[in-house]
Amino acid sequence: MTGALAFQFYFFALLAIVSAVLFVTRRNPVPAALWLVNVMFALAGLYVLLEAPFVGVIQVLVYAGAIMVVFIFVVMLLNLGRSAVSDLRGLAARASAGLVSLALLAALLVVRRPALPELPAREPTDNVVTPVAASLFTEHLVAFELTSLVLLVAVVGAVLLAKRREAA
Amino acid sequence: MIATLLPLLLLLPLGGALVNAIVAVRTSGPEGPGSRHHPVPTWVGPGVILAAFGVALALFGRMRIGGAAPVVVSLGSWMPVAGLSLDWSLQLDALSMLMVLVITGVGSLIHVYSVGYMREDPGYARYFAYLNLFVAFMLLLVLGASYPVLFVGWEGVGLASYLLIGFWYRDLANAEAGRTAFIVNRIGDAAFLVAMFLLWTSTRHLDFLGAHAAVPAMAGTGTVFLIACCLFIGCAGKSAQLPLYLWLPDAMAGPTPVSALIHAATMVTAGVYLVARAAPVFAAAPEASLLVASVGALTALFAATVALRQWDIKKVLAYSTVSQLGYMFIAVGSGAYVAGVFHLVTHAFFKALLFLGAGSVIHAVHHAYHHTHRDGDPQDLRNMGGLAGRMPMTAVAMGVATLAIAGLPPFAGFFSKDAILAAVVTAGSGSSLADATLLGIPGGTILRAVYGVGMLTALLTAVYMTRLMMLAFFGTNRTGTEEMAALHEAPWVMTAPVLVLGLLALGGGWLNLPALLPWGPTGALDRWLAPVVGESARRLVGDAHLTHAMEWQLLGGAVAVAVIGVAIGIWSNRRPMADASSSTPDTSLLARAYGIDGLVRRTIVGPVGFMADRIMGGVVDHGIRTGFVSGGTLLVRLATALGVRLQNGDVGTYAALLTAGALALLLAMVAG
Amino acid sequence: MITESLVVSAILFVIGVLGVLTRRNALILFMCAELMLNAVNLSFVAFARLHNVTGEVFVVMVMTIAAAEAAVGLAIIIALFRHLGSVDLSSLRSLRG
Repeated sequence: MTGALAFQFYFFALLAIVSAVLFVTRRNPVPAALWLVNVMFALAGLYVLLEAPFVGVIQVLVYAGAIMVVFIFVVMLLNLGRSAVSDLRGLAARASAGLVSLALLAALLVVRRPALPELPAREPTDNVVTPVAASLFTEHLVAFELTSLVLLVAVVGAVLLAKRREAA
Repeated sequence: MIATLLPLLLLLPLGGALVNAIVAVRTSGPEGPGSRHHPVPTWVGPGVILAAFGVALALFGRMRIGGAAPVVVSLGSWMPVAGLSLDWSLQLDALSMLMVLVITGVGSLIHVYSVGYMREDPGYARYFAYLNLFVAFMLLLVLGASYPVLFVGWEGVGLASYLLIGFWYRDLANAEAGRTAFIVNRIGDAAFLVAMFLLWTSTRHLDFLGAHAAVPAMAGTGTVFLIACCLFIGCAGKSAQLPLYLWLPDAMAGPTPVSALIHAATMVTAGVYLVARAAPVFAAAPEASLLVASVGALTALFAATVALRQWDIKKVLAYSTVSQLGYMFIAVGSGAYVAGVFHLVTHAFFKALLFLGAGSVIHAVHHAYHHTHRDGDPQDLRNMGGLAGRMPMTAVAMGVATLAIAGLPPFAGFFSKDAILAAVVTAGSGSSLADATLLGIPGGTILRAVYGVGMLTALLTAVYMTRLMMLAFFGTNRTGTEEMAALHEAPWVMTAPVLVLGLLALGGGWLNLPALLPWGPTGALDRWLAPVVGESARRLVGDAHLTHAMEWQLLGGAVAVAVIGVAIGIWSNRRPMADASSSTPDTSLLARAYGIDGLVRRTIVGPVGFMADRIMGGVVDHGIRTGFVSGGTLLVRLATALGVRLQNGDVGTYAALLTAGALALLLAMVAG
Repeated sequence: MITESLVVSAILFVIGVLGVLTRRNALILFMCAELMLNAVNLSFVAFARLHNVTGEVFVVMVMTIAAAEAAVGLAIIIALFRHLGSVDLSSLRSLRG
């Protein structure tokens, strides 16, 4: 990686990781959610650096802009605030969680042992949406249609689940 | 044609057994009349055996025309295992043909007799089912083409014997007699199995033709001696020789026709048949043959002494059978296979006759007591006497049989017994038998001793059989004057077979007249059986011959002994005696058969029973049961206790387990 | 850049797992799951750069499904809150065997 690119990459990468750690350690759900939003912003930056600007924009618009907003909305709705007691699990759970996570990390890092092929050169282009759209609406059309079905079901389900029970 | 007829021989009695069994099952029930007088067993039971006899005659005719070469018919594969390819094969040769004729011939006569004897018994159909089954297995035994197939028949007749001895099983004593027979047989069978194992490892053959071709090459080795000894132990069990004879007197607990068929004419002779069949094995081990002859001689003498003081008519005949079987083993042990088989055939005639006649007598006395509502043992000789006047035909027939067994000419027994003793003397000098030594004693000496024992036994045989005739049929009657009036001859269905057997006992000697007496077909049996046993006989005895003078001397000696024996029998039993209930119980050594029964019970049966109960039953059975069963439940409980902790309803735990599982999968993929 | 992206993705994923295993608050748990999804998205985008555009398409799919999942999941949490009065997951033990 050339200098400028490397600096940008490591900046966003570190931002993502630090934000993630901070997110996981907050007791209050609201700051936690906000830190998560920060993670998503950092990731969007990484996507752009990886020459997928469309996905980066979608990430900000949909993930950070819609999904996380819903989360924060629910948090506010439930009016949780800072809880008096730490909501971390017991020592045994934390110890085993730590062990498992460490093992998992090791395994994941080891998995990338096979050497990756050379990075293919790409012409810089303004045409970023067309390839995605082309693939999405031809090769993966069925999946696309199915996701719309999933969304419908989710909406209906959410409404049903969250409805207040009428007095019988 | 032989290939089609041979399986038929087996299928007929088997089918009969099945049909009779079905009738037995269908008529059984707690309060029903059972199958008394039922027509199906009456016709099917004897019918299939008579039909089998017809088939046997047809086969015999075929053999006479076509030559007596062995014909092997395979009924299908049995054990195609590594190196061994054993089939269910039947072999028809001179020896098996003869046995088949005897089994089906005498067997059908006894079946017909049974129709009369067992008419009133509620287990009528069951009886014929068992009896037909027995004949089927006995035929399999003599027709088997290999040792294992023979063994299947061997075990099968043991089973049938057990079933029939304990036929009236509600009386515990009968059931125990059956059990004794089976267990003592088993001991012999174990030795038989060992013999088969040894034969396989040394010759890689278990069929007769193959094994007997390979055996002469092993002559004189320790292996073949061991095989022969183990085979003989098996014979001792089945044919009631010392020390495995104990079951035969107890076996008299079964119905009398059963005693006639199984324990006189056929099953007990299976041992003799086996030695004749395995003649090449015994010929290759002269020491073993000497052992066979010696044990036979000792048994013959022992049993004859015991028979002298038995008061139960069937027990006399039982010990007599043991003694006569001893004679047969003397013969085959001395290389005189033909003489042994000859005696087997004549003995089948007169012993079956004696048993059936005794059955008629018992039947009559029993009815007489029944008539007067007295309680007496119908089998006790002290309750008989003077029956000749009331049952003349039976008396005459039994008289013929007695003279035959005593060895008086011209009855059948004379020729067969004389042939045996002559053969012993012939083999006594100048043969490989005489040259062999057993326990340091030279064979010649052993054989001379065997001859002496044989003569003594012949004398005793004449004595005790004459005694039986005297006590039962002559003299004053002890049953009672009222009972006497009710005594009569048995019905024709029982008397006819007895008479037929009487004729056979009379004329059976024609089968193998010695060359000395050129009054008819001499040596017919010798020539008939030569292809099967001739080679082995020559190997053992060589071409030794007796001079004519010697032969006449032996003949004269045998006749003299028989006459003297009969005379002693008549003279010592001429005085009247008291009946059974008035007599003091006989506790003499002979009457108690030397007390051996009690000895065995104390020294063997007792400790074994104790061991079985305490050690195997208590420690092993109980310990293993509690161990496995309770241990098993304990294990399951432990596992469950551990497993339950996983399901605590907490989502977090489940999530952790999920992650761990995913990690394991990942590691497996990475490593694999 | 690809390998570094994958490393970052792995680290983020494990942080998410750690969160899921150690927190009791249902909402935070859920948000940790979202973090895991994001980490996976990063992997996909990295591989899209390496191979073809299918990776990006898949990211779009993931986001869609995440949205649906968020909707339903949050509805469940709301219902849970109404029922239990709290969002503490360790108080849910009725399936205890």
